[in-house]
Amino acid sequence: MTAVLTETDPILTPAEETRTRHGGRLGTLARKPGFLLASLYVLFVISVAFRPGLFSSQDPYGTHPESSMQPPSGAHLFGTDVYGRDLWSRVLHGSPLTIKATLIALAIALIAGLGLGIVSGFFGGLTDGFLMRVIDVLLAIPGLLLALSIVTALGYGTIPVAVAVGVGIVPGFARTTRAEVLRVKTLPYVEAARAGGASWGRVLLRHILPNSWGPVAVLAVLDAGVAIIAIASLSFLGFGAAPPAAEWGTLIADGRNYLVTSWWLSLLPGVFVALLVLSLNHIAKTFQELGR
Amino acid sequence: MTRYVVGRIVQAAVVLWAAFTLTFAILYLLPSNPMQLQLAAAGIEQDSLTPDQFAAMQHKFGLDQSIWEQYWQHLSGVLHGDFGDSLSQQVPVLDLIGQRIGSTLLLSVSAAVVSLLAGSALAYLATFVRWNPLRLVLTRLPALGASFPQFFIALFLIQFLSFQLGWFPATGTEGVVSLVMPVATIAVVTSSVLAQVLIKSFDETLSQPYIITARAKGLSRTAVHLRHAFRNAALPAMTILGVIVGLTVTSSIVVETVFTREGVGKLAQEAVLSQDVPVVLAVVTLAATVFVTVNLVVDLLYPLLDPRISHVRAKVTAPEVVPA
Repeated sequence: MTAVLTETDPILTPAEETRTRHGGRLGTLARKPGFLLASLYVLFVISVAFRPGLFSSQDPYGTHPESSMQPPSGAHLFGTDVYGRDLWSRVLHGSPLTIKATLIALAIALIAGLGLGIVSGFFGGLTDGFLMRVIDVLLAIPGLLLALSIVTALGYGTIPVAVAVGVGIVPGFARTTRAEVLRVKTLPYVEAARAGGASWGRVLLRHILPNSWGPVAVLAVLDAGVAIIAIASLSFLGFGAAPPAAEWGTLIADGRNYLVTSWWLSLLPGVFVALLVLSLNHIAKTFQELGR
Repeated sequence: MTRYVVGRIVQAAVVLWAAFTLTFAILYLLPSNPMQLQLAAAGIEQDSLTPDQFAAMQHKFGLDQSIWEQYWQHLSGVLHGDFGDSLSQQVPVLDLIGQRIGSTLLLSVSAAVVSLLAGSALAYLATFVRWNPLRLVLTRLPALGASFPQFFIALFLIQFLSFQLGWFPATGTEGVVSLVMPVATIAVVTSSVLAQVLIKSFDETLSQPYIITARAKGLSRTAVHLRHAFRNAALPAMTILGVIVGLTVTSSIVVETVFTREGVGKLAQEAVLSQDVPVVLAVVTLAATVFVTVNLVVDLLYPLLDPRISHVRAKVTAPEVVPA
């Protein structure tokens, strides 16, 4: 994340300049197989989150005691759990909860972080000093513990967990946005816009905001991965949605009791989550390299 | 110099006080019905109480006072080393933490040491190796390590090292053997975070003119890497020492729960499950104290290790790293 903060203007070599002009950014991206795979996987999980039935015909809650604890096979991609429920279908039907929680967390972090960062960077002075001290205080409480205290106060469930995780990633957004606003504010085109008679409000909305937004977007992708891990961890610890609905973390926690005999119950959903986080990190990294 | 040190210490104390206040506000202002929360934590049915008993309980929890009085009582209590009583176990919170802090400290310190060693070794190798495929794998490894949820790593280790190979016990707090897998679980993530910062710092250091000078006057690559580059590259990584320690502390929550180790992390998890507010407040305050203290020490040491940094500009902000 330091890379985001210290990023300076991209200085293109002549060769790079031609490449961007002719090949376009999409062309460069298409030539990265890792990036393509990662994007496809993320797209797959997001579409699953909105239509869980799309990739699985089995009922996630239907119990079939006669076929309990079956290892992965063609009929049951991820095997079955102790009640004979199809695990693949349970993982897919767990995605709406986890993905929605992630989106809520990101929305909170984006709105609060962008707001704080812009106000702080734009007004500077005392306001900036005060807001950055507030951020310091938020950073002084280790993330997961801040989330735990919020969950204690709000109770369990998908929404409290999302709020708790969202608040935890606000500081990063606020700092990145502030750094970007501070950088863009001093650029000649801002001065030119001001000299041309544009009001500060207009300069902020039309010139500073659109140009500060790149690194913040990269951070959003990166923090989506962070948020997914945090949300899964909190539901793993038992603070997520109530059964029989199952978030990914809950599924993995449930499978823990059968680890000796049925490893797939915990490890396959775990791989599913890890792949998603890995994909998001890879996408963010590719964007970062491209922005340089 | 003295002025800088005193200023930094006062600043850390203020941040700590604000962190306590924020946590107090979350725990005592957010709940719609704090009385219900605390009765539930103490295992009492609200309906079974007569109005008199209810009032007595309210008085016992201190909830009949104004929020300012409650805040003041908690704050002065904490300053006198008294975190109140646990609601679910009716013993002083400090006793509960005292019984468990040893095990957690041992886990966190071992994990931090292993992470420092493994992270540095990985960063060193990744920048030293010249065979490109291996170099690529080594530089990408930290990103991979930081992507795995910790509970997943823990379950994976239990499955393979414990159940399949039978090398280490899957649970428990007994002996050094039981420490191996928990430490490894934490170290995978924290050493990855450290290695990412170190590799970047190494790359920047190795392109400095004095490295070329050292090579040009005939020193071997190993000597240049070890004597000239490593010490300079390690400096920026020091700023995230606080983050590393913070990560090992928060990791203990998940890791102690998975490996059923009796520690402060598991205490925190149980406290949230039973909504034991005083315990949560105490654990968060303690963790924030550790985190702020480590950052303070790093800030104070930094100008001594790197004299180029003047005391005025010495405030180094750590990069935010992800709660895992």
